[in-house]
Amino acid sequence: MKQFQYTKAASQQAVLEAIAKPGTKIIAGGTNLVDHMKHGLIAPDKLVDITHLPLKAITPTKSGMHIGTLALNSVLSENALVLQKQPLLSMALKAGASPQLRNMATVGGNMMQRTRCTYFYDTTMPCNKREPGTGCGAMEGYNRMHAIFGASPQCIAVHPSDMCVALAALDAQVIITGKKGEKRMPFIDFHRLPDDHPELDNHLAKDEMILGVEIPENNFAKNSYYLKVRDRASYAFALVSVAVGLDMSGGNIRSARLAMGGVAHKPWRLYDAEKFLAGKPATEDNFKQAAQLAMQGAKAYQYNAFKLKLAPAAITEALKHASGIV
Amino acid sequence: MENKNNPPEPDTRPDVKDPSRRDFLKKSALITAVALTPAPAVVAAEKHMDERLAEAFEKMPLSVEINGKAHNLMVEPRSTLLDLLREQLDLTGTKKGCDLGQCGACTVHVDGHRVLSCLTLGVMANGKKVTTIEGLAKGEQLHPMQEAFLKHDGFQCGYCTPGQIMSAVACIREGHANSEMEIREYMSGNICRCGAYPNIVNAIQEVKEGGLPV
Repeated sequence: MKQFQYTKAASQQAVLEAIAKPGTKIIAGGTNLVDHMKHGLIAPDKLVDITHLPLKAITPTKSGMHIGTLALNSVLSENALVLQKQPLLSMALKAGASPQLRNMATVGGNMMQRTRCTYFYDTTMPCNKREPGTGCGAMEGYNRMHAIFGASPQCIAVHPSDMCVALAALDAQVIITGKKGEKRMPFIDFHRLPDDHPELDNHLAKDEMILGVEIPENNFAKNSYYLKVRDRASYAFALVSVAVGLDMSGGNIRSARLAMGGVAHKPWRLYDAEKFLAGKPATEDNFKQAAQLAMQGAKAYQYNAFKLKLAPAAITEALKHASGIV
Repeated sequence: MENKNNPPEPDTRPDVKDPSRRDFLKKSALITAVALTPAPAVVAAEKHMDERLAEAFEKMPLSVEINGKAHNLMVEPRSTLLDLLREQLDLTGTKKGCDLGQCGACTVHVDGHRVLSCLTLGVMANGKKVTTIEGLAKGEQLHPMQEAFLKHDGFQCGYCTPGQIMSAVACIREGHANSEMEIREYMSGNICRCGAYPNIVNAIQEVKEGGLPV
């Protein structure tokens, strides 16, 4: 690992001043950043430690809850307010990583984590995300873990987070600060599709930092489910994951929120399926139809065609669990 | 424990030193020194004091309590807590497995919480309390989890064992050892290549059911 300077930021303002300079990165949990530095994927000149800043709190607000960017994934997953109001978020967090990693990883860091595409990690292979213009090793390679939605000829990598899939489903907002002050962005717009710039994972500018996320009040708590399908029972990235939040009245669905992980460069909202389910009774048949609608536009590569069958089956299964019909 | 803050042998591993930067620092320090106070600095350079100046640029002070003992060290920012424990403090109980946060062999407790020391920068442990496998036993008396691993054969080659035990202790303290399923889920961050999992689960269940303080 290349030598670098390490400083602790005295304030939020100091962080912004530091990251405005090239070669400077924020470090919090470090679980992804230090890994990248060991792999030689990045070599910052300077790291700014923000772990001591007062951005950890998980607090109720007038319209929902605010989660500070430095809230640990483990703390957030067991927070009483989260368990009561947004159990989907807790389920997704517990499905991610390992207890040790969740004790280190922060909310902001989880959002900023990069793809686990093996061609991105292997510096001997071409990768447009790591080195724009070199090509995509995965396109013609062993692309079993890769995208079936929203990919581009430049990149077919997927975003690895579970937490982000839940936050996308829950209509969360991201609070960001920069030189021009604070701004808000819908969580679903935070991450981007690869298009012609797969080197960019999200819309956070280099001189901006995440302050936290807000989840608006909802009626999904009783009928939420996070289903993660992976190669081993725990501690593996998703082949496919589904986050479901249903607002139900008797056996009917008033409104639905659905998002998938492991299928795209960002958490993938299933808007067509949501629209279809609104106002319908919770039946397996309706769930299967919703799943078919969700799969429109899916495209597989040589080794991930199984996802075209796995994904709709996972959507149906997750809806059954969330609605309580299993 | 001998403090190896200044190891007698230079570390020659390729990833530890960056010759170009060191060279740059030496030269720039020398140039600055020459510009400021020519004569003494040149004498210093001739006596290779610039080497020490370069060292000072690259290392940072770190105060950390490890297994109940306070340490005041000088560390490179890029040194992980794992390397610090093993290479600088000779606490080799904590194992380097994958060194990439995937196997759990390097699990230690920082301020009471289990973390991966291979992904923790040593400088970020400043002011914190670290417990390693060496810190579990009370003198000659093994920790109940260590006893249980011995009794239940919770290992074969033993390489993952320190991490397994640190994780197992945390698993019970966190309240995540209430069933075999829950233990398996909350021990999933510790990989055992020998496949001693059933025995590890038995060891944890016995300690949990025994009700001894962990």
